[in-house]
Amino acid sequence: MDTGNRCLPYYLLTMAKIDTHFFDIGYLDNLSYQQTPIHQLDPRAKLLTTLVFITTVVSFGKYEILALLPFFIYLAVLCGLGNLPPAYLLKKILLVSPFALLIGIFNPLMDRDILISLAGIGISGGWVSFVSILLRIFLTVGAALILIAVTGFNAVCMALERLGTPKVFVIQLMFLYRYIFVLVDEAYRTVRARSLRSFGGGGAGVKTYGPLVGHLLLRTMDRAQRIHLSMCCRGFDGQVRIMTPLRIRPVEICFILGWSALFILMRFYNLPLMAGTVITEFFR
Amino acid sequence: MSHHIVEAQNLHYTYPDGTLGLKDVSFRITHGESVAMVGANGAGKSTLLLHLNGYFTPTQGILRIGDYPLTKRNLKAVRRSVGMVFQDPDDQLFMPTVFDDVAFGPLNLGLPPEEVEERVMQALERVGIPHLKSRPPYKLSGGEKRSVAIASVLSMSPDILVMDEPTSDLDPRARRRLIELLKTFKHTKIIATHDLDMAVDVCQRTIVIYQGRVTADGPTLKLLQDETLIERSGLEKPLRMQSCPVCEASDKKVKKPVT
Repeated sequence: MDTGNRCLPYYLLTMAKIDTHFFDIGYLDNLSYQQTPIHQLDPRAKLLTTLVFITTVVSFGKYEILALLPFFIYLAVLCGLGNLPPAYLLKKILLVSPFALLIGIFNPLMDRDILISLAGIGISGGWVSFVSILLRIFLTVGAALILIAVTGFNAVCMALERLGTPKVFVIQLMFLYRYIFVLVDEAYRTVRARSLRSFGGGGAGVKTYGPLVGHLLLRTMDRAQRIHLSMCCRGFDGQVRIMTPLRIRPVEICFILGWSALFILMRFYNLPLMAGTVITEFFR
Repeated sequence: MSHHIVEAQNLHYTYPDGTLGLKDVSFRITHGESVAMVGANGAGKSTLLLHLNGYFTPTQGILRIGDYPLTKRNLKAVRRSVGMVFQDPDDQLFMPTVFDDVAFGPLNLGLPPEEVEERVMQALERVGIPHLKSRPPYKLSGGEKRSVAIASVLSMSPDILVMDEPTSDLDPRARRRLIELLKTFKHTKIIATHDLDMAVDVCQRTIVIYQGRVTADGPTLKLLQDETLIERSGLEKPLRMQSCPVCEASDKKVKKPVT
């Protein structure tokens, strides 16, 4: 009985953690219901601008750090105008940063040529490229999160569809987003039922993990079949039609062109370097 | 108005794995009737319901919806006139918002946008939830989800409403509200349920199914009072037709000192 009592809160705690992460996605949804000028822009405009942003950020050379810094202005402006809580977004970015660390972590070991020396300490190219990767992850993931927070996931999907993405993919994405909550809920209940009967012993190990996941898969397939049936009952013929009207106004065109122009400018002119040169010239 | 008729003649259905689904099922439901399909778990209620929208085709026998036998060719027309409400609303509500979900059917019927919007709002008002229209379905309560599921079917203006366990998973008040709502519908209704009290409230007629066969078909009140039939079909009398054990016990206690 004692072991049972000790392991119970632990399991429930870990479960609660998984759960709250998903409720956090719901929070991202809530943010997208706001009515700021940024939210009211056509989703396509925001999607295109984000794509230009990500492409320019990614296109820099692997040792670039300085030229990436001005790009933070885009995140800052959208956060400000879109009334988004920066701390929340920061936390979400940190959540995915382990992947970035994994990608970049070997750079300092592989690439040991000294690239710059600061006050007598040599910094290897590996470290520079590592920092560059981190910056890029921060910028691109931040931009993607902001896009969803000011547009809403489904509106992004609609924009993708209007911009010519094959409908099959768009519908897949929408369904994924709709049912991730149901699936997580189901998984959560199954795992809780397992942990309540495993008393901290072998029941919670890898052995039961296989059947558990298999069971979830079967249930998911069953559900998919029922959903398809219910779609057929309402005249589904392979086309999902959505009524929300989308329109591009002059504001949207200004938004796309203005930001894109700035991004391209920042891509080809290293603004911080230029500013630095101007300042050092001035003091000379 | 003969297109509201549902008629089954000697329906047989065997699952691909050889399990018997339905055996020699016959009934005729006419316009405006409200019929409860009752039976124990696994009796064949859901199998029968899935025939009504053409998901299963009978291995033998004929099913007529309206004037025509159900075939692959008129499947679309049949699905348009038979509105099916599923047991789990999460299976039925797959669109991002309540509005989109209720609009899904009418848009597939190819109606113009203005009419779609009108129908959606009418359907939402019919079930009393116009305020939920821009909410995502997965954030609603069980009762609200059920209402949306019903609205999503009403918006296609079906002639026949088919419901699978509409009162399951509802709290008592939501259940009561649903019963009141169902009573106001003029459609032909076919309701598969275990909630026999609801059957008494909503349905004048009951069809009892046991092991894939129709064992009784008649007025709800009469059938549900037939104790041998109820017992044989793996059911129990509706609660309100049972004498209350709690009151009986307390009556005895009160009476004991007197005698």
